[in-house]
Amino acid sequence: MARMSVKSLLVATFSLFILLFSTVSYANDNPQGGNTAGEGHAAKEFDVTETILEHIKDDHSWHLWGHTTLPLPVILYSDKGLEVFSSAKLMDEHHEPAVYAGNYNYKTIEGKVKVVNADGTVDQTLSAKVWDFSITKNVASLFVSIAILLLVFLTVGGAYRKRGVKSAPKGLQSFMEPIVLFVRDEVAKPNIGHKYAKYMPFLLTIFFLILINNFLGLIPFFPGGANVSGNIAFTMTLAVFVFIVVNLNGNKSYWQHIFWMPGMHWSMKLFLAPIELIGVFTKPISLMIRLFANITAGHILVLSLICLIFIFKTVFASAIAVPFAVFIGLIELLVAFLQAYIFTMLSAMYIGMATEEHHHEAAHH
Amino acid sequence: MLLEINPLVLPDIGLVFWNTIAFIVLFFVLRAFAWKPMLKAIHDREQGIEDALSKADKMKADIAAMQSENEALLAKAREERATMIKEAKETADKMVADAKDKAKSEYDRIVSDAQVAINQQKNAALTDVKNQVGSLVVEVAEKVLRRELANKSEQESYIKQLADGVKLN
Repeated sequence: MARMSVKSLLVATFSLFILLFSTVSYANDNPQGGNTAGEGHAAKEFDVTETILEHIKDDHSWHLWGHTTLPLPVILYSDKGLEVFSSAKLMDEHHEPAVYAGNYNYKTIEGKVKVVNADGTVDQTLSAKVWDFSITKNVASLFVSIAILLLVFLTVGGAYRKRGVKSAPKGLQSFMEPIVLFVRDEVAKPNIGHKYAKYMPFLLTIFFLILINNFLGLIPFFPGGANVSGNIAFTMTLAVFVFIVVNLNGNKSYWQHIFWMPGMHWSMKLFLAPIELIGVFTKPISLMIRLFANITAGHILVLSLICLIFIFKTVFASAIAVPFAVFIGLIELLVAFLQAYIFTMLSAMYIGMATEEHHHEAAHH
Repeated sequence: MLLEINPLVLPDIGLVFWNTIAFIVLFFVLRAFAWKPMLKAIHDREQGIEDALSKADKMKADIAAMQSENEALLAKAREERATMIKEAKETADKMVADAKDKAKSEYDRIVSDAQVAINQQKNAALTDVKNQVGSLVVEVAEKVLRRELANKSEQESYIKQLADGVKLN
């Protein structure tokens, strides 16, 4: 019975989501239909790709429901200096992109702030000069996730200080401890070895940051709904941190194995050096792409299933689309944990490889 | 540019910038106030459990050693008791045997002493008898000799009388 009620709750949630979704698409369609009178009211084809991309991409405002949008600060840096304004100014009353006259005339084109000329065309050279440091939906969501992490782990950390070593963990503390122990015993220790303790804070931070953002990404409405861990900028930043940590901690033997592989003929050494050097970069790049692709793929899958209803233009399609979306959603929960684990484990492995001590120098000769 | 084909794979500088700051802040704050106390507490607790376990094992071993020691002591005591009893018995037996021997030898000595005494007294008595017989013979002979001269018949009766008077005892 409980399972049935959970299922119906999920169905209700998705239906609500779909309902909101449909009003938004109407809101988007109507003004355009009105403006371009030449095309008439021949309902604009439902563009699946555009709809899905819109949900996966970053945005300058945070869509809450229906016509309600949370405006976020837009921070732009150009040759005329820094300027900060609300993203609400980039939208008209119909939630359509509008021109805002700041240092330049700004307009959002496909989610990016661009400089437009008086005739409405994009000025590419000027746009390239504008640096966009806006608190976008993803940045805001990232801050939310960080606030949650700080709240949770400062509480947990405080509990350890207050309750001391002798007492058993309690509440949130006992919920988090097994996960921390998992990262320590299954990720750090086997991959790094006895020096694991030094890297534990880094691995734990990465693990929980990815995990919470994966989970927040699965929530279809505020404060979730953003796709932070499926954004290449986010995964790239983390991969760069891993790259820095790995290479700053690389020991003599690590560099020796890259540039002058021991135990090989000199010609092989020359041959291997560029390959190994490329390997230094492909490792973090693989981390970046793996997380980005997995999370984005999951989101695309769920959205595609929901879009089936709009493609078939019948509510009965939801009979198939919703159960499948729920199923994929459950798999996504697993993937959320799995990807956080894999990212952390591979980071630990790369750190382990860079700090490994080779005791077989003699064997090379 | 190749990356601009798909906006999904084009990283936004804004998110990179904020993410870098956010990650660094998060890392240092959590390291100082969450991970370090947490890991330290977990480590300390594990160490404590390990210590307690090894201590318990040690105590167990100690108790076992004490027990075996006690048993050894007990066994030794038992053995000692057995030997003591055995020794005592031996001593007692020896004493009895000695006493028997001594009694027997005493008895033998007494018997032999008695025999010697008997023999001596017998000899003394015989000597005495011999002496008395001798003196009697002399006395009788004296009297006979005195009467011989007076009367022959009387002499004979007298001898007869004398001879009757001799009591050999």
